[in-house]
Amino acid sequence: MAVPTNGSAPANVEEAVPAATISNAYKNWYRFSRNPTAVIGAVIVLIVIACALFAPWIAPYPEQVDNFVDFRARHLPPSWDHWFGTDNVGRDVLTRVIYGYRISLLLVVVVLGLSIPFGVMLGLMAGYFGGWVEIVIMRLTDIALAIPPLVMALAITAVLSPNLMNAMIAISVLWWTWHTRLIYSITRTLKTQEFVEAAEILGASKVHILFKELLPNCVSAISVKATLDAGFVILIGASLSFLGLGVQPPTPDLGTMVATGADYLPDRWWQSVMPGMAILFAILGFNLLGDGLRDMFDVEDVR
Amino acid sequence: MSETPLLEVSGLTKHFPIRGGVIQQRVGAVRAVNDVSFAIKKGEVFGLAGESGSGKSTIARMVVGLYRPTAGTVHFDGSDVSGLIGSRDYRKQVQMVFQNPGSSLNPRRTIAQSVAVPLIFHDYPKAKIADRVAELLEMVELPRSFAIRYPHELSGGQKQRVAIARALAVEPRLIVLDEPTSALDVSVQAKIIDLLAGLAGELGLTFLFISHDLSLMRNFCSRVGILYLGRLAETGPTVDVFGSPAHPYTQALIGAVPVVSDEEAALKPSIPALSGEIPSPSRIPKGCSFHTRCPFAFEPCRQTDPVFTVVGQGHEARCHLLEERTASAATVPVSPVERSAHP
Amino acid sequence: MSAPLLDVAGLSVDFATYGRQARVLDGVSLQVRAGPHAALVGETGCGKSVTLRAIMGILKSPPASIAAGSIGFDGADLLTMPARQRDGLKGTAMSMVFQDPMTALNPVFTIGDQLATIIKYADRRMGVRRDKQGRKQRVIEVLDQVRMPDPERIFGAYPIMLSGGMRQRILIAMALLNEPRLLIADEPGTALDVTTQAEILALLNDLVAARSLALLMITHNLGVVREMADYVYVMYAGTIVEHGPTEALFERPSHPYTQALIECVPKLSGTSTFKGIDGTIPDYVDPPVGCRFRPRCPYRHDACFERPPNVTVGANHVAACWLRQPAEEVA
Repeated sequence: MAVPTNGSAPANVEEAVPAATISNAYKNWYRFSRNPTAVIGAVIVLIVIACALFAPWIAPYPEQVDNFVDFRARHLPPSWDHWFGTDNVGRDVLTRVIYGYRISLLLVVVVLGLSIPFGVMLGLMAGYFGGWVEIVIMRLTDIALAIPPLVMALAITAVLSPNLMNAMIAISVLWWTWHTRLIYSITRTLKTQEFVEAAEILGASKVHILFKELLPNCVSAISVKATLDAGFVILIGASLSFLGLGVQPPTPDLGTMVATGADYLPDRWWQSVMPGMAILFAILGFNLLGDGLRDMFDVEDVR
Repeated sequence: MSETPLLEVSGLTKHFPIRGGVIQQRVGAVRAVNDVSFAIKKGEVFGLAGESGSGKSTIARMVVGLYRPTAGTVHFDGSDVSGLIGSRDYRKQVQMVFQNPGSSLNPRRTIAQSVAVPLIFHDYPKAKIADRVAELLEMVELPRSFAIRYPHELSGGQKQRVAIARALAVEPRLIVLDEPTSALDVSVQAKIIDLLAGLAGELGLTFLFISHDLSLMRNFCSRVGILYLGRLAETGPTVDVFGSPAHPYTQALIGAVPVVSDEEAALKPSIPALSGEIPSPSRIPKGCSFHTRCPFAFEPCRQTDPVFTVVGQGHEARCHLLEERTASAATVPVSPVERSAHP
Repeated sequence: MSAPLLDVAGLSVDFATYGRQARVLDGVSLQVRAGPHAALVGETGCGKSVTLRAIMGILKSPPASIAAGSIGFDGADLLTMPARQRDGLKGTAMSMVFQDPMTALNPVFTIGDQLATIIKYADRRMGVRRDKQGRKQRVIEVLDQVRMPDPERIFGAYPIMLSGGMRQRILIAMALLNEPRLLIADEPGTALDVTTQAEILALLNDLVAARSLALLMITHNLGVVREMADYVYVMYAGTIVEHGPTEALFERPSHPYTQALIECVPKLSGTSTFKGIDGTIPDYVDPPVGCRFRPRCPYRHDACFERPPNVTVGANHVAACWLRQPAEEVA
């Protein structure tokens, strides 16, 4: 029944030039590498990840991370010895910031690791099966989306005891909804494509269609979303710690450091501003990278 | 004629509900296919031609089991499979090649992965799958090396060959071709049609060929059915339907085809150009659904739906002019063009 | 013969693609005059759309850049004239019928709004004073000319309320609003059903004839070309391989590509052979040396490694092929 629209000549060079000679990976890399903000984002994210992975080797004073007190060296302003200064018990702020990235990234990995598979799975099912499956999943998602994540996390950590584990659970409880929404909308479009109908006719199982046909087509959108998410998770984690509901001292956490350092503002600004800048730096990196990936993959559904 | 047809559909009907309002209640229906019957003999190419809204793709999707018919029966090789459409056994017998080679292959899967899908799900021995994929690619005249490529690295024609290879994987007996070449250039189309014709002979395949391209149909199909608004207007051997079209719609359709030689132009029936456009399948005109555009419409056309009149060997058309004709004299059928001179 | 209104000469266009340079048009020349309908025909990726964009001045640069040639319009070169002057011609002296009736209209504005806006901007550029009522009058007049039933009602209608054929008429009306001298039709009618297509083509024919416009059709459909055009340019891989009067070109195609292409079209007479053309369109980054059709040509020989000459094979009939001998004494 579809109106044939054959024979439209190439509107751009991608169609004019046979694609066979240029791989998709190369095209993606070409687009990415010519997008300066994306490259900056990627560099920042790599720095943050390197800090987290190699903290003991990078940090100037690894012994000063947690239970270390040196009252002679407390409240030292930034200097050659202590680039970010020292805190109220004499610990090197730079060292603690570098270790702090470990906590932040752990939070990101656990939260996204829990919520993405769950959210994606529900989104795929709602989009592909439709009917009551769709109604149940999507209404549930709507309800969950109506709850502000920070408020929910505050409630959960307040009820349970405040620690890193509970903070991660609290954030994950609502995080999947965004992925369900995203994957649902992509799947709805994909399922009308002929390759899905073809798989049905060829006798493929529902599991095959969900995970082998539909899921691979969602991967670029998920990776963009996950990258953008990372920044938000870091921010929410830091907010919880700032409020004393997340990671507890003396564990080096960026949010906690900002909170503790805030007592000494404005004179001893480095104690809160430096960790604050570190949070900003990481979030900026993930957001720039996420936007860059979005342009590169040309996905539109992602917020 | 005594031979059992490979596929026989009778009274095939599909209505899609139109929903609206607060509780998404049914407010109407798109009557996409209405009471369509035809039979396809083993080894033949049966063509269904029609313009947009004719229901040709809906019929294709019902035959392969993507849509469940609202009414009607489907017999495959003599047995009633109406309830079995969509089952594994049926899918092994009937396959489909889609219109758009760009979207019928998953962009994220290699050619080999796509072609292997039917093999995996029809219990083909795992160890032999790679060989079978290579063999299938060879059958559609593609190099084995294409197995590791992705669809975007292939041209439209090559993608359509892959889609054909995939449909052949389970050794079906009937392949539904839903406008398999309409998205391709004519030079590529010729190659694909040539390939399909070759495969049909080699493997003893039967085709249900869906198209809007009448010239293509004239060359590829042994019998054709002309659809208008979800109903068959005319059906018969290709040579007869094109040589002496009986239904005014068929005449107009053939008459409107742009051709590339005087020889062909001479074959076109001379009939006044149709006015207006095809009505929406959600508002099918009463009586003969074609009467709103038919240059020969007279009173009965607005009142009652015509029935099929036999106009030749296996050649039937659904038109009041023909009914009248056969009622008055059971002689050789005359086309409505001549008939219209003295209604 | 009158001087051509549109005179494209030796036009070459390069595209920068992932760090590489592709010559997508290579020395394209074509002429369009008022009166005889010209058609540019070719398959997907042959460069006909790039040609159209270059003429209309809507090529995106980068990645596109014009490497050589000129586009003459009424004696002036569009490529060298000031941008302002060229913009003044777009949509007025030269206008275009868009291909897709489903997407070329903005769904949130009425037909009347969209057409009146086009007049408004053209008036502003041309310094014409016309009030709202005047614009509406003009829109209704043109809607009537494209045989729209009840133009007053259509004026207030939204695109969604109209059928494909009606929208195609709106697109034609749109192109005629500002009384163009050159009309470029991109794949006219090919998105429509054949019975509707026939009606639209007949309409276009009448409108162009009544105004003695210069018409250039861009299409892949050889049947449409034969029915509509008087003069045909056949394009392959960014080059014009053959051009000639329609009848001569279909009766005596002289370039192997034209011959093969006509051969490929399914025949209503049921005599098609389905030989097709071997191979695919070449990579524009590294096109074949000499004749670009050489790798796919059944008659290729050593000479084809040189760029083929334009051989006059009949009256106004030229083929770019080494096989052809110049016709004796052309009338």
